[in-house]
Amino acid sequence: MDANPSERDARLFRYIGRQRAPKENPRFVTGRARFAADVSIPGTKHVALVASPYAHARVKSIRTGAALAVPGCRYVLTGEELCAGTNAFLIGVDAPNVKRYALANGVARYAGEWVAAVVADSRHLAEDAAELVEVEYEPLPFVVDPELSARGAAPLVHPEHGSNVLYRRKFVWGEVERDFAAADHRAELRVDWGRSATVPIETFAVVAQWNAATRLLDIWASIQMPKFPDQVAQALRLPGNAVRVHYDVDVGGSFGVKRGIKHTVLAAYLARKLDCPVRLVEDRLENMRGGDMHGPDRSFDVAVAFNADGVVKSLRIRALDDVGAYAGRSPLQLGKPVGAIVGPYRIGSVEYEPISVMTNKTPQEAVRGFGQAPTNVAIEAAMDRVAAVLKMDRAQLRRINFIRKDEFPYRIPSGSSYDSGDYHAVLDKALAAADIGELLVKRDLIRRRGGLAGIGIATCLEPSGGNSAFEPLFNPKNETTTWMDSCLVRVDLSGSITGVMNTSSSGQAHETLVATVIGEVLERDPDSIRVARADSLCALPSNSPVGSRMAIMLGGAAAGAARKIRQTLIEIAAHNLGLPAQALRYEQGDVIAAGDPGKRLAWAELVEIAHRKFHRMPPGREPGLQAQFVWEVPTGGTLPGADGRVQMYPCYSFEAHVVLVEIDPLVGRPTIRRYVCGHDCGVKINPQVVHGMTYGGIAHGIGAALFEKFAYSDEGQLLAGTFMDYLIPSAQEIPQVEIVDHCTPSPLTTFGQKGSGESGYLGSPAALVSAVNDALAPIGASLRALPMTQKAIWEAIATRTSRHRRESAAA
Amino acid sequence: MSERRYRVTIEVNGVERQAEVPARLTLVDLLRDELGLTGTHVGCEHGVCGACSVMLDGEPVRSCCMFAVQADGSRVTTVEGLEQDAGKLSVLQQAFCDGHGLQCGYCTPGMLIAAQGLLDTTPDPTDAQIRDAIGGNLCRCTGYQQIVDSIKLAVARLDGRSR
Repeated sequence: MDANPSERDARLFRYIGRQRAPKENPRFVTGRARFAADVSIPGTKHVALVASPYAHARVKSIRTGAALAVPGCRYVLTGEELCAGTNAFLIGVDAPNVKRYALANGVARYAGEWVAAVVADSRHLAEDAAELVEVEYEPLPFVVDPELSARGAAPLVHPEHGSNVLYRRKFVWGEVERDFAAADHRAELRVDWGRSATVPIETFAVVAQWNAATRLLDIWASIQMPKFPDQVAQALRLPGNAVRVHYDVDVGGSFGVKRGIKHTVLAAYLARKLDCPVRLVEDRLENMRGGDMHGPDRSFDVAVAFNADGVVKSLRIRALDDVGAYAGRSPLQLGKPVGAIVGPYRIGSVEYEPISVMTNKTPQEAVRGFGQAPTNVAIEAAMDRVAAVLKMDRAQLRRINFIRKDEFPYRIPSGSSYDSGDYHAVLDKALAAADIGELLVKRDLIRRRGGLAGIGIATCLEPSGGNSAFEPLFNPKNETTTWMDSCLVRVDLSGSITGVMNTSSSGQAHETLVATVIGEVLERDPDSIRVARADSLCALPSNSPVGSRMAIMLGGAAAGAARKIRQTLIEIAAHNLGLPAQALRYEQGDVIAAGDPGKRLAWAELVEIAHRKFHRMPPGREPGLQAQFVWEVPTGGTLPGADGRVQMYPCYSFEAHVVLVEIDPLVGRPTIRRYVCGHDCGVKINPQVVHGMTYGGIAHGIGAALFEKFAYSDEGQLLAGTFMDYLIPSAQEIPQVEIVDHCTPSPLTTFGQKGSGESGYLGSPAALVSAVNDALAPIGASLRALPMTQKAIWEAIATRTSRHRRESAAA
Repeated sequence: MSERRYRVTIEVNGVERQAEVPARLTLVDLLRDELGLTGTHVGCEHGVCGACSVMLDGEPVRSCCMFAVQADGSRVTTVEGLEQDAGKLSVLQQAFCDGHGLQCGYCTPGMLIAAQGLLDTTPDPTDAQIRDAIGGNLCRCTGYQQIVDSIKLAVARLDGRSR
């Protein structure tokens, strides 16, 4: 890898960082993309699901006769049969008795859990038949309150596990006791992050086909899942090479949640059992209720110790997370924030107590940022509290505590090293772009007119280059220390270049990324470079686009492979020109003698030698022109220490949000009047793509902050199973956003790039909490429970107003 | 329990198509499953997300909330019918490509239909009119900004010309 690219170098790239429309776009605007539900194989049968209506119930019997009598109904699969024929899924923490299968195994542990699957000639017929499946349930005691689960005062979700606590540990990094005792001030606060998720517009879809002659299972699925083929094979008791996952399926959004192990295992089991292709497409209710894709549902108790000058000395964070009825990878979402547990601040010690508990709710899945966005809300709310106590400007408080740009690499108390940044510059750029002085005037004008208005400030980190170091941190039996990604580059006889990637994409423009990087290294037009996707049997190792990693990892792998090609071309030329390689220079595919431009070999000649003229190849070189590169995550390769100190993700992007929110005091409705985001993710491979993800992340965070919640009744029933009650913000609620770019290259990556797939989302909820509380402060109200819905804001206003009236009357 | 079927005749993307459909078949299922036009997507099946939007006699409608038999005798345009000629993108489609008015592409066909509906009636829309026109189409990737910008790019390129 090239060392330490500077900002100056970033401007010298030929294709990287330049405006270039993503090469994926034409297929999406013409209806020529292929999503999983578009895969059409003759003879395909369709699945409809039977779900438990109870939060917790024993499945006493399932009668299938009436369903099977429906013409066109082919099969009814019960949990009993499926669980006997498949293995339980792998989970992230050491809790082997928390077993999950694709259908309930005798006991349904949340309302909406699938208990049976019906297969028919069409989806309509399958749904007709599903309504005729007769399930007899015995309702069982249940728990919906995670605090009760944490205290051991609730019915057990998995009695075999012996507790509802999946994971609990208190980490202490540095002299927390001493720092709290010595500080001038201490403050405590509670922050609640409501249960929301990314809720892509495409639900999960899978088509499975089993070939009994070749003993090969073909899968087309809308997945974003590390080690997906291995996990599917494990559950189905198949060798890994009996599962072929087709990564050339377009995925209609994911942002973490499209894991789909259970859907795929179910469809694959049926395809094998019935010897026909089987399609399972969630409808929206199944997706919201039984799709197992809810995000973190987390309460933070935060204590902060600080001095009168604004210097924050120490943090204590207790994070209680409700993962629902099964484990999966969800408890690990408490682990990822360890890598940025003090945010962008020079906080010398920290205590962190993550507690992962189960309740009788839909299971949690990975959501954009893997637990970092809620944690950032807690950290930022604490910083705002410090500023409020000290009556200090919130931006100034942050400046006082920021790690300075000359302090990198900077190791935080929990052991992770931040690679680079200039937090002061980015915040100041954002404040300048927002014209903070003018913004304050606007805010105060609204207030003087009797309105409520607040300015929000949030400065957050985006850890990137996902490496899964939280796996060994949270599970000592797991010794994962690599999270590699790969690329194959081939140049064919015609001289055309193809880059082969090894995973699916869900809107991140990875084909553009690969083509741009290969084009950069080989100095060939990226538009001429095709990017293909290997299926899982042909693929090199990949860990999928999770953890804001692909610009770093796929970009690094593509560059590594392209450099091998370039080196090979130089060596072929050296051999044929009779010159040492050092005497040659590479220029747009041609290789030219440094001092004698007449001595050269053109791209086409070099390619022809590689493919046809072995007699002209340098000795020892393999024929053809192809190279692969498998790259380990920078900084990877070590296990956590006994004290839990760990190098989490390698690269740290930074974002500074400045927002003005006006609240209608009569009805509590918030309106975002101004939104600016300063953003530094190092060198951008494609700025348009990065900006797009940041805009989208901000919108997603606005949803989590103001609108979206998977609410549950006291009976454990999901109250938000449609888009009429789970409110996804539209173009009417999302404002125009201004992004202000800054570039601090990472010293760890090929071109100085950092990740940005989770950008925006990691800071916008914190910024809105800051703004709403600034708006409510003049009336003495506060609100730190997300989502801060119009109703919740109205209640906060009404409570204070009525108390104020009572107090005034009493006086 | 064989379902009674009804003959429908619908002009889809300029071509007359006939089908025998059960009364409960939605228009989107007809387009996708019977006619093979998978560019139109299903997002929520309860009329909120707009991914299934198609033009019905020149106006955007939700094809998930409409039965195929209700479209009998109508003209339907799907995303596949937006191209001017085969392989030649419309100004709006090209603007979405150039402006990166999409990411995963799942909501995109519905967005294009909604935007086309706007441009057909309002050649020079304001930002508020654009946001209003796509206000019934949900997107989880873009935060809508590059969609709005792409529509504005199309408006600028059209500059009053017919679409």
